[in-house]
Order: sequence, then C-alpha cells, then structure tokens
Amino acid sequence: MSPDVSPDMSPNLVLVVVIAVLVTTGVYLLLERSLSRVLIGIILLGNGINLSFLVAGGAAGGAPIVGTTPEGEMSDPLPQAMVLTAIVITLGMTAFLLALAYRSWQLHRHDEVQDDVEDRRIARIAARDEPIFEDADADMAKLDLERDAAEARDEIGLSGAATTPSEGPR
Amino acid sequence: MDVLLLIVAHFAMALAAPVLVSWWGRRAYLVLAAAPASAMVWALAHTGAVMRGDGPVELVEWVPGLQLSLAFRLDTLSWLMVVLVGGIGALVLVYSSAYFSATAGGLGRFGAVLVAFAGTMLGLVVADNLLLLYTFWELTTVFSYLLIGHYADRKASRRAAMQAIIITTAGGLAMLVGLILIGADAGTYRLSEIIANPPHGPAIPVAAALILLGAATKSALIPVHFWLPAAMAAPTPVSAYLHAAAMVKAGVYLVARFAPAYAELTVWQVMITVLGCGTLLLGGYRALRQHDLKLILAFGTVSQLGLIVLLVGLGTKAAALAGLAMIGAHAMFKAALFLAVGVIDTATGTRDLRRLSGVGRALPATALAAGLATASMIGLPPFAGYVAKEAALEALQHDVGGWVGWVVLGAVVVGSGFTVAYGLRLYWGAFATKRSVTHPATPAGEPEPTGPGVPPAITRPSWLLVWPSLVLGILGLAAALLPGLGEDLLSPYADTYPVGEPSHLTLWAGFTPTLALTAVILGGGALLFWARRPVERFQDTLRTGPEADLVYRRFMRRLDDFSADITAVTQRGSLPVYLAGILIVFVALGGTALVTGTSLPTSVRAWDSPGQLIAAGVIVVAAILTVRARRRLKAVVLLGISGYGIAVLYLLHGAPDLALTQVLVETITVVVFVLVLRRLPAYFSDRPLPASRWLRLALALAVGITVAGLTLVAPGARIHLPQSLDFAEEAYSFGGGENIVNVVLVDIRAWDTMGEIAVLLVAATGVASLIFLQRRSGDIHRVSDLDADSEGEGEGVRVWGGGDDNKMAALRRRGVAAPAPDEQRAITGSRAWLRAERTLAPQRRSVIFEVVTRLLFPTLIVFAVYLLFAGHNAPGGGFAAGLVVGIALIVRYLAGGRYELGEAAPVHPGLLLGSGLFLSAGVGLLALILGGEALQSVIIDLKIPLIGTLHVVTSLFFDLGVFLVVVGLVLDVLRSLGAEIDRQGEATGADDLASTPGGNRAGNPAEGATR
Repeated sequence: MSPDVSPDMSPNLVLVVVIAVLVTTGVYLLLERSLSRVLIGIILLGNGINLSFLVAGGAAGGAPIVGTTPEGEMSDPLPQAMVLTAIVITLGMTAFLLALAYRSWQLHRHDEVQDDVEDRRIARIAARDEPIFEDADADMAKLDLERDAAEARDEIGLSGAATTPSEGPR
Repeated sequence: MDVLLLIVAHFAMALAAPVLVSWWGRRAYLVLAAAPASAMVWALAHTGAVMRGDGPVELVEWVPGLQLSLAFRLDTLSWLMVVLVGGIGALVLVYSSAYFSATAGGLGRFGAVLVAFAGTMLGLVVADNLLLLYTFWELTTVFSYLLIGHYADRKASRRAAMQAIIITTAGGLAMLVGLILIGADAGTYRLSEIIANPPHGPAIPVAAALILLGAATKSALIPVHFWLPAAMAAPTPVSAYLHAAAMVKAGVYLVARFAPAYAELTVWQVMITVLGCGTLLLGGYRALRQHDLKLILAFGTVSQLGLIVLLVGLGTKAAALAGLAMIGAHAMFKAALFLAVGVIDTATGTRDLRRLSGVGRALPATALAAGLATASMIGLPPFAGYVAKEAALEALQHDVGGWVGWVVLGAVVVGSGFTVAYGLRLYWGAFATKRSVTHPATPAGEPEPTGPGVPPAITRPSWLLVWPSLVLGILGLAAALLPGLGEDLLSPYADTYPVGEPSHLTLWAGFTPTLALTAVILGGGALLFWARRPVERFQDTLRTGPEADLVYRRFMRRLDDFSADITAVTQRGSLPVYLAGILIVFVALGGTALVTGTSLPTSVRAWDSPGQLIAAGVIVVAAILTVRARRRLKAVVLLGISGYGIAVLYLLHGAPDLALTQVLVETITVVVFVLVLRRLPAYFSDRPLPASRWLRLALALAVGITVAGLTLVAPGARIHLPQSLDFAEEAYSFGGGENIVNVVLVDIRAWDTMGEIAVLLVAATGVASLIFLQRRSGDIHRVSDLDADSEGEGEGVRVWGGGDDNKMAALRRRGVAAPAPDEQRAITGSRAWLRAERTLAPQRRSVIFEVVTRLLFPTLIVFAVYLLFAGHNAPGGGFAAGLVVGIALIVRYLAGGRYELGEAAPVHPGLLLGSGLFLSAGVGLLALILGGEALQSVIIDLKIPLIGTLHVVTSLFFDLGVFLVVVGLVLDVLRSLGAEIDRQGEATGADDLASTPGGNRAGNPAEGATR
C-alpha cells in the first residue's frame, strides 16, 4: 500500500453519541457502593472505551481478511486486536468481581464496598491528635538513661567456678 | 585481590558462625577472631609499602553504569584504621568467648554479625570508590543496629537500636547526596583521584556540608550525640568495638579523608569548629555526673570524638598528625576501658559506681589494665594519650590564628580538663575502696543483699577477659615510648594536608607553654574530680533546657502525627472518593488538552449505515434503563442487550472477530452474573443520598463528554500513518494467515496476547481462591463417586433440591427414587440423555432441555474446533473457540447440575490454564531455539498422500494455548461460582434461607438463565 493513501479520518457521530452514553452511564454506576452495580458500570464503561478504539482507528470498512476484502477497503485490524483482548480480559475481571461480590455477601450479607476500617481509624486518630499506636516509647515523659543502663544486663558467664585460669589472689 | 578476599573471608566466616557456635559453643569466637586478625596482619605486612606511599591498590569493575567499582587502596590513614579495626576486633572476639555465659541466647547470631561488621568496616576504610564507601557505610549502620538490638526482647534495647539506625541512616542519606554531588562534579567516583584533584564547582560547599552531616551522625557529634549513650544497651563487647574503636570512627575517617581537599571551605571550618568544640565540651560535662561506668565511658567517647573530629578536620598538618595519633590512642584506651568495665560487670554483677567498692584489691590485673588506659585517656606522661594531646595543644597554639584559635584552644583545654575529671571518677568509681560502701560478710546460703550502698560479692573472672584489655593498655604505653615510630607511620598522611608546617610526636619538648597548659589541665581536672559532689549537685540544679533526645522524640512524634494527618486527608478509605479523584484528574487534564490543544474535525459522518442507527438506539436505551433498574436481574438483562447491540456495531464497522467474541463473552457474562445473583438480594440496596447522586451524575456527564470529545478529535489528530498499513501483507507472507486480526493476536503482537492470557490465568485463580477458600479448587464431582458414596443411603444427592419442596415434588421423586445399583449403572449408560441427570432434584429437570443439550453439546464442540483451526484465515481463533467450548460447558451444567459439569469436563481447570500458558510460551521458545525471534511463526507444509499439502503454521499451537486458557477460565468460573456455590448452598441450607421473605429471593440458575 502506498503511504500517500490516507485513510478516511472523519469520526462517526452515531458512534460518538453511543460512546458518550456508555461512558456516562458506566461512570455513574462506577461511583456506586454496591459491587454488582460497580461491575455493571465497569462493563458499560469498557464497552464505550472499546468502541472509541474503533472510532479512533478510522472509518468502517470490510472485514480485515485477506482475500475477502480488497486491501484499501479494510477496517484497521490493529485496534480490533486490542479490543478483542480487552473484551476477554473484561470477562475475567467480571468473574473475579462477581466472586468478590459473592464473598462479600457470604461474610456480610450484602455486596456493598465499605470504607476501609483502618483508614477510618487513622482519620479519627488524626482528628483527635492521638498517638498512632499506644507505646510507652512514644510518651513524652523523660527517659531515664541511667535506669535503662542499669537494666541493660548482659548474659554473662559468671566465673565463680571458672575452669579457665582466673586472676586475683588465691 | 587481597582486600576482596579478606572481605569475602569475613562474610564467609559470618555465615559459618552460627554453625561453628552450635558445634563448639562460645569457644567458636576464638576461631571467628581469625578473620579480623588476618586483616590486621595483612595491613601490618604492607607497612613498609604504605610508608613509602605505594600500598596495594585493587580495581574490579562491578556496576560500570553507576561508576560503582570494587576499588580499594591502602594508604596511611586506611592502614591505621585497618590495624585498629582488625586488631581490636580480634581482641573483642577473644574476650567475647569468655564474656558471655555458655548458655546465653543468640550467640551464633552475635558472632556472625560482629564478624560481618568487622568485614564491612574493613571495606569501608579501604574503599577507593565513593559509592562503594557509601555501601559499606550503610552496612555498618545495619550491623550496628543488629548489635545494639542484640537483646531484642528488651524495650530499651530496641528503642536504642531504632534511634541509632534512624539517625545514622538520615545522615548517611545526606552524605550520599554529597558524595554524588562531588562525584558528578569531578566526573569520577574514585576517591583517591578526587582527593588528589578536588573539584571546586558551585555545588561543592553544599556537598561538603552534607558529607560532614553524615560524619556527624555516625560519630555521634552534637546535636545527635545522644544515640551513643543510649546504644550502651548493646552488650559490652559491642560497646568496646563499635562504639569506641570502630564504627564511630567511620565519621572521623570520612572527615580525615576529605579534609585535605576541602578543609579550607568556610562551611567546613565553621561546622568542624562548632561541632567539634561543642561535642567535646558537652560530652565531657555530661560524663561528670554519670554513675554507670558504661555511661561515663559513652559520654567520654562523645567528648573524645568531638576532639578528634576537630583535630583531623581543622586542616593543618600538625593538627592532623595529633588527630591521627589521637585516633590510635583513643581506640586503645577506650576499648581497654570498656573491656575492663565488662570484667567488673562479670565479677560483681553491677556497673554502678555507688555500689562498687574494693574491686581494685580483688582484681589487681584488671585494675592495672584500666589504670594504664585511664592514664592514657587523661593524658598522663608517658602514655599515648599524652603524646597525642601534647601535639594537639602545640598545633592549636601555632596553626589557628585569631580569636577563633583562642576559642578552640580554650575549648580543648576545658574539654581535656573534663576528661581528666571523668577519667579519675571512672577509675575511682570502679576500683577504689570507698568508705561510704561497706563490706558486710554475707553468710553462705543467705540471699545476697542488693541496693545502693551494699557492695556485691566479687568473683574472679577468667584470664581471657583480662588480657585483652591489658594488652591494649600496655600498647598504649609502648606506643608512647616510641613516639618517633608513630610519627613515621602517621606523618605521610598528615603531610597531605595543604596548610601548616609538619610537626612531631614527642614525649618531652622542653619547658614550653604547652607543658604549662598540660599542668593546668591535669590540675583543673583533679580539682573537678575532688569537688565531684558539688559538681553533680550543680549539674542537677542546672538541668533546665530541653535535652537533645527529648527533642528527637518530640520530633519523631510530630512526624507520626503529620503522617497521620496526611494519611487521613489522602487515604479516605472510600472507593467512590478514590475513583472520583482519578476521574476528576482525567477530566481536568483531558479536558484541558481538548480545549487548548485540538481542533474540531473538518468533516463528520452521521452514520455509516442505517443499521448503526438502530443498534445505537437499542444500546442507548438499554444503557439508560440499566442505570435506572432497581432489580439486579433486570439490570443484568439490559446490560446483556446493550452488549449484543455493541456486537452489531462491531459487525457493521467491519470487525467480525470482535462481533463474534462480543456475543460469546456477553452470553457468558450474563450466565455468570445470574449464577452469583441467585445468592444476592433481588433488589439493589437503596442509598439514601440524593445529593451525592446529583454529584455522581455531574461527574459522569463530565467524563462522558470528555471521552466523547476526545473520540471526536482523535481520528483527526493522527500525525503518523497507521501501523497496520502493512499488516495485510505481513500477515499473509510471514504469519501465514488471511485473518489479519488473528495474525496480529498470535504473531505480530503475540507478546500482548501472552500477557493477556497470563492475566486470565490470574483472574481464574483469583475466582477459585475466593470461592474454594482453602484449596486451589475442589474435587471434580463425578457420578461414579456419587454411586460409591450413596450405595447404602438409598436416595443420594439431589442437586438444586432445596427451597420449594412440595407435594408434587414428592410425587415426582417417587418415580426415580432408589433404583437398584445395577439399574443405576444402566441409567448411566447410553439410555439417559445426560449422564448425571438423575443427580438433579426431580423438580429441576427438564426433559426438553436435556434433549436439546444432548444435541447441542457435540455441535458446539465441533463448531469450536472449526473456529480454532479456521481462525487463522476466517473469523474465529483461540479466544472465540474457547468461549464456544465455555458456552457448551455452561449448557451442560445448566441442564444437569454440577455432576453433569464434572462428567462434561473431568479435568481440573488449573491443568487447562497451566498447560495453555505453557503451550503458548513453549511455542515462543521453540522459535527461539530454531534460531528465530521469540514467538515468531514458522510455516510448515506437510505433504500427505491422498489429502495433499497440509499448511501448518506454528502459531496455531500458540492459539491452542490461548484456547486452553480461555476454556480453563470458563471452567474455573463455572466450578466456582456454579458448582461450589451450589454445594455450599446445599451444605448450609442457603437455598431454604433464600426463600424466606426476609432473606433474598433468588431463583435457581435454571430459572434465571434459561426460562
């Protein structure tokens, strides 16, 4: 194919509208808390983005199969290959998120995405300016170097019954 | 290769240490001592060459891209450090072999870390590459952390270790920046080249300050000196080695190393003077009121480090010579004193000078060793400390001019006076017989009285504990008696300093002002010692200002608070908030680019074909209804409708492969959804937040419009020709296929596909592990297992039997209940439509569905095989074929329950996934082995008689791998979300629960998906 043949690059308005609707509905559901709605949102969003790949790839054409369609009339095969993998990956993700939803139902009898408990705890602590963990090390009372030193005893071999020669008057 | 071998030998010894200790107990330390001893012997063997200035040099490339090479060289300064590190290391290990109780815990680890530390310290002082030096520097920090925290079960120990590593690592990082600044400016990281020809770019003062920062943290200078007294939580041998002789000298070493190059920088002079004098005075002052012998020594070490840094950092030849002599003298006397304190600790069980009395009489040899060391420390003639201090006073009088010179000299005199005072206090406290402490005779058998004022019983320590400190004490005397030798050994390095006149080490220089100063120091110090009680009281009343370690802990607390605040602001823990953040950024960036950087397309087409319009209408309506649906099943069905609409759009766009895949995936998605939804409540829960609903809608619209806008301008924004222009020809001639999309997947962009099927494998494994909680996947449910199990039970399993049992069901059940075993086997044979149909609860069976399945299943499999093989030239391929097989399995499962699924696919999905990935990767490897690129296709034409030529492309096997992975995914999903949920439901009675009004009304999968 000669390089001066530039593909028709005018976008298809119907597809753009479909993309807008799919992305809007997808994002709206994505921001929900119910995991199954989030998942439906992801699928809608994914369909919209997949379509946008095709639009970005250029105008419609014949199936990109050598021998069936003349080369000049083919649709762009590269975005199609990309979208194909995206579709199948979405299937895997759907299954995974559904398993998550089921597990959530098993544990909590609902499939809502709760706030992270640990994050909430940190936020509460930060609001109250409390120490992040309770530990005597963190307290501001003066540490007694001398007391610590006195407590620092080595596990030493007291040599009262020394088998080796030892110093001192006998 | 000597140095490298020595360092490796240290590490090998460290690795062997736990084994040796487990064989020989603490005596293994005597063997471990060979490692540092060999380092010292190596250095001593090269003494002559080093003095001549041609010590050994080694260079092995390590990471050339980072200019990090294993470069070593032994010059005078390194020689001094190696002798100290090796010699004292060996002595300390010998000492440790008797010091610890034979039953003490962690002996193996302790020995290993100590030897490893000796090895890194050796590497640090001979490294001739800045980055290598930094590597060893940080390693000493890590080993020091492990040694300070040796008693990991003690809080004080852990706290001291943590404090030390945080402070020294912070300094180390600053130093790294400094080293890189210097290395980048010099264009080389060879230390010797940089010192010989130091760069003087604008960044150098900053670099020098950063390096001094690193040295200050390592050598416990103010204001971070407090980690060193706290590090006395380490065992005493560690204190003697790391915190007196070796590691804290690393900072001194660094200052001495860079001083010849940068001592004249103003920032260097200011920092050295302030840090050195301040540390010298503060350490000595604090040592005056300590009662624990180790703490006196620790604060004394802080003070002495200040003095040494001052001397080696000032930048004159004379001061440097004094500083080098001081490094040697200090290492000897301070290590000896620590070891002697360890002996006292062993003999009496205490280090509190208020309880010790009469130790000198009981332990004369220890008292002698400590006496020699103390004399050296306080600068009595004729000891090494005296020689060094005389040289220092001499140098300071002459070399440093102006009021700064007088201030420095005054600080050194006062600091030395403090040294005399705390030295006497130490010796008196440790060995004197005090009237305030009486010796009650403890009758045998009675518990020993404890507490202040009661001296402990004194036992006799092993000679192994005494002679190391005695050796060091005597060496301190011997070195002083031969001051000329010391001068010969050390002056080659001191002479590299740029400023001042060479000076001398001498015992007697005549009646000079220096002698007068020495007399003042000794007299003043003695006075301070004599007045020790008033001094202690004075210090107690004066202690008002915040102490450095308190400031440090407050700072760390603030840091914790600050990070908690940051975390609270950024980590809200709410998924919608996170997603909204990402989307807002997308709208902001994408929208800005859209508005500012693009122009609207010159021409648009409304549609390509009227069919598009119809499909688009269906999709839009279905999508909007999906959002509005409150019933889960309704939402899923509408989702499916919009998905099929998308497939139509794909087809009309000229993408038959996509259309095929989309239809298959959409079908499976709907089924899988329904499999899970049967367990979930029928309706979505209501969120009582109408306000946030509008917010979400606004954000959704913003994102939708942004994406639409981008889509509108994207085709026109293209500035290059499509990549795929030549795909058609490439696909046919190189890939051997006519279907370009398939060739792209299995050949041109096969790596992408490989990554994708790996993702599928992970997803499938994730699904399985979420459902089969304890194993990768459960058993395969086979009818034959059921027969074996249910022999004696009569009825057997009734899949999907829960929920709506009624009288009709009972009637139906009678017909098939309890057939004789051989009759069962007959049913299992060819007369039944499906092999496992009788495992189904009778009310769940549908004869029509069973008949259809019986016909449909083989048809679907044949279709899948066709797609798999035809895919290279026509729409189809591994993905589509795998999905079709998946649908076939779904049909079997829905018609006959989980036992039917087991009969249809009696393999573990993990096997399919694994072999699929292996096949795909294997094909790639095969091409590599055959001399092509990875994943390159090879076309083989087989001539088969009668049939003709068989055209085989190796990428078919790649596609076969894809096929297997997809089948494995669907099978895994079915077995998890289908069969296992069935089983769990039957086991827990969830089906019964499902039909109660309060619970979730959910149908069974047969209802959901097929009716």
